[in-house]
Amino acid sequence: MNGHQHRDRAGATLGMWLFLFTELILFGGLFLLYAVYLARYPHEFAAGGRELNVVFGAINTVVLLSSSLLAAMAVTAIQRGRQNTAVWLLFGTIDCALIFMGIKYVEWSAKFGHDIYPGSQRLVKGPPGESVFFSLYYLTTGLHGLHVLIGGTLLAFVAIWVGQGKITSSNYSWLENGTLYWHLVDLIWIFIFPLYYLIL
Amino acid sequence: MIDSRHHIVSYTKLTTVWLVLLALTGLTIWVSRLDLGAYRVWGALAIASLKGGLVIAFFMHMKYEGKLLRWMLFVALLTLAIFIGFTFFDVLYR
Repeated sequence: MNGHQHRDRAGATLGMWLFLFTELILFGGLFLLYAVYLARYPHEFAAGGRELNVVFGAINTVVLLSSSLLAAMAVTAIQRGRQNTAVWLLFGTIDCALIFMGIKYVEWSAKFGHDIYPGSQRLVKGPPGESVFFSLYYLTTGLHGLHVLIGGTLLAFVAIWVGQGKITSSNYSWLENGTLYWHLVDLIWIFIFPLYYLIL
Repeated sequence: MIDSRHHIVSYTKLTTVWLVLLALTGLTIWVSRLDLGAYRVWGALAIASLKGGLVIAFFMHMKYEGKLLRWMLFVALLTLAIFIGFTFFDVLYR
């Protein structure tokens, strides 16, 4: 190897966006299910939505928006050649991911405590619309939470690579694509929050 | 081919976008408390779309990308709209 590496930044971004489009369609399918069942069971969905805690939802929205800001600033930092700043900003994003998952844990624990989970006695005996609502709630926020875990892990690796000097101002596709994934996680939550926590 | 990704978005601009996003979050909570009937859903979706647009344009740098990526985004969103829209043609008039 003579040290010359072929890089295609435009191609890397294009590939990442193609992947993100499949993610949009994936979550789009879940939102479609939500919309169809909302039209069929408006009263049960309204009752289910009132069980959700708006405060937890709102705090998590602010946490994710802030995490996205820090991730976007990390890209700016690396472009300006400030690798240390980028590492700290990425750690900030990861901290937000941990806070988000912590709040999610408290939220889900409270639901489990109220006997609300797929297959629980209350949902089995209750009206079908209610169990559909909570199944969709767990499926959508669960899949989103999985994305938060994956995104946080990915950004942790990216932060380590920036610290090791493997990601620099001339070669930062991993950082850029990692943050793109993170923004998608934020984007999905921007729709989950009003649909599940607010409008019902 | 012009590499548009050398564009650097300043911290100030990113922070401004973040503040607007927080304000819109407050707005959507306030709007959802009003008694607007079915318009609450459309209001919430409109604000969410606006927030999503800001995230895609500035945080995800789409505003500074070339035509190819923008068109691809458009096609992806159109596909999503078609499959949601056509499902509702079926569901609502069954």
